[in-house]
Amino acid sequence: MQKIDLATQTLREMNATLQAQKDQTNATQWDIENPRGAHAIAVGLDAPIEVTVRGSTGYYCAGMNKQATVHVTGSAGPGVAENMMSGTVIIDGDASQYAGATGRGGLLVIKGNAASRCGISMKGIDIVVQGNIGHMSAFMGQAGNLVVCGDAGDALGDSLYEARLFVRGSVKSLGADCVEKEVRPEHLEILRDLLERAGIDAKPEEFRRYGSARKLYNFDVDNAAAY
Amino acid sequence: MNEHDKRIPQTVPIQSATFSNPINAEIRRAAATGIYDIRGGGAKRKVPHFDDLLFLGASISRYPLEGYREKCDTSVTLGTRFAKNPIKLDIPITIAGMSFGALSAQAKEALGRGASAAGTSTTTGDGGMTEEERGHSKTLVYQYLPSRYGMNPDDLRRADAIEIVVGQGAKPGGGGMLLGQKISDRVAEMRTLPKGIDQRSACRHPDWTGPDDLEIKILELREITGWRVPIYVKVGGTRPYYDTALAVKAGADVVVLDGMQGGTAATQDVFIENVGLPTLACIRPAVRALQDLGMHREVQLIVSGGIRTGADVAKAMALGADAVAIGTAALIALGDNDPKWEAEYQKLGTTTGAYDDWHEGRDPAGITTQDPELAARLDPVEAGRRLRNYLKVMTLEAQTIARACGHNHLHNLEPEDLCALTMEAAAMAQIPLAGTDWYPGKPGTGY
Ligand SMILES: Cc1cc2nc3c(=O)[nH]c(=O)nc-3n(C[C@H](O)[C@H](O)[C@H](O)COP(=O)(O)O)c2cc1C
Repeated sequence: MQKIDLATQTLREMNATLQAQKDQTNATQWDIENPRGAHAIAVGLDAPIEVTVRGSTGYYCAGMNKQATVHVTGSAGPGVAENMMSGTVIIDGDASQYAGATGRGGLLVIKGNAASRCGISMKGIDIVVQGNIGHMSAFMGQAGNLVVCGDAGDALGDSLYEARLFVRGSVKSLGADCVEKEVRPEHLEILRDLLERAGIDAKPEEFRRYGSARKLYNFDVDNAAAY
Repeated sequence: MNEHDKRIPQTVPIQSATFSNPINAEIRRAAATGIYDIRGGGAKRKVPHFDDLLFLGASISRYPLEGYREKCDTSVTLGTRFAKNPIKLDIPITIAGMSFGALSAQAKEALGRGASAAGTSTTTGDGGMTEEERGHSKTLVYQYLPSRYGMNPDDLRRADAIEIVVGQGAKPGGGGMLLGQKISDRVAEMRTLPKGIDQRSACRHPDWTGPDDLEIKILELREITGWRVPIYVKVGGTRPYYDTALAVKAGADVVVLDGMQGGTAATQDVFIENVGLPTLACIRPAVRALQDLGMHREVQLIVSGGIRTGADVAKAMALGADAVAIGTAALIALGDNDPKWEAEYQKLGTTTGAYDDWHEGRDPAGITTQDPELAARLDPVEAGRRLRNYLKVMTLEAQTIARACGHNHLHNLEPEDLCALTMEAAAMAQIPLAGTDWYPGKPGTGY
């Protein structure tokens, strides 16, 4: 286990050290101590390493992550795992706005709640939230899966493209062009897999699925009110 | 008295200046289709511009440099504030960000070739980085846009600079648009979208709002790229003083300021023509912001929007810009709107010089299209050569003017080298009206 203490080392030193790890590194376990809400912790990683951040983080923790597993034992500020490409990011606490924004791959697990715009513009990432999510989540979501074990706020999936949304609890309102869709066996399979990988005990059958009605895909004046 | 003489004199038919033919045609078009007009290009209306400024040239109080003998440097370094590897360009004319998707792969390659041959940079756009342009661009600026199409850390790291796009002059406050016709398999894949759908790019970034967030976003991008490359912030011309100041505060190395004449691939005509400030009106407030912060020349200013000639380059620089960027002019140099395609423009209901339906993807010149047959019309090598020639000519023109004003570097051009032809230009550029020492709003003159 390697340790980096942000009380004595700089953000630059920490990120440079983690970014320097290559595919075959033997230093696979890293502990980041005293994060104290610092921004841009463990960003731009690209090696199969496991990083545990002992505490809470500021903005953009694990931004653009590739391959690495980043585990935050506290809560995460805005934009956690933004534009993640692959790997896994786990937040034990809550996540602020824009969690997983524009993520293109990998798995983001939030054990607490996520604030507004969770999964905004998601492009292939899988996001599993054990608690609730805020308003405008999955806005313009293009691809990937957003699984919410609690409730969803207003305007879920507004202007959605092809991202799949699964919510176990209530949905305060659906955004423009987002509709409830039938849960088919392949969706139960996706849910089973994601819940298992997220380590969350919930039954796939309890979720409802939401997706794009695809009515806004090409402009039609009769849909003008929805624009 | 014959019949003719008995006729009562008629009034001649008078067209309304308010309800002009183009306006009436647009009303009929809107009534027939129910959708606003979308087009490419920049504002077509006449606004005060660089044409309204003149250089004074040398006189008894200043002596000129010998046209072909004495050196007049044109180089510029961008990103000296924080980046470990600032960009050094031979000429201060860069190629603005234009997306693959809006432009064909051949056009992107040609831009890279032409820019590299002329010793300058080119820029990606709203669609990610293509191999063609990375391969053919010695210096490539990678745009970080609200849509984040194709965004990935590997391309970030192989970029020579990053440009965070907050806005564009053609549509400050507006997002992007790529209509279904142009979403080919390759474009769809790069953007993670279904083929053939209208693709809307968001108007603001998904994971930050405001200058405090921007500062943290810049920190993140610097951490991901090891503080190596310069970070630019591009804004549309609206509140240039404050936007420039806030970009500096947020940690930008370079501010890119794009006026309302700046081109776009596709935006509502009403937006292009009615939102934003003319380029001429943007430069002085931005420079003043940099000066007020003690950052002029430390944070570089790139100006764009309607730059066409070496005179425009020299005027922008005399007003305080460090460099300029060109979009539309570069496309014309490649072959856009060339009279040789007139018969085809006619078939599309338009004419050479007016063709702006770039969003429809049927560009006869093969530039603003994803149609493989049309795109194949553009030879990237030949088109790249034309762009290089054009960039060289603009540079020579700017040097000619600078030497005539007695400067051995384009950066030494200054407001005192200029006079204004109109009151509007004088007011906007804060340059004295020709033959006077006065401009509207000049402090201490009582006006
Ligand atoms: C075809 C085309 C595509 C463009 N695409 C982008 C883009 O993707 N991102 C961006 O920031 N600006 C884009 N722009 C704007 C240019 O970067 C630049 O601001 C503008 O063209 C400068 O004005 P000019 O065309 O008068 O030279 C585009 C412009 C054109 C003409």
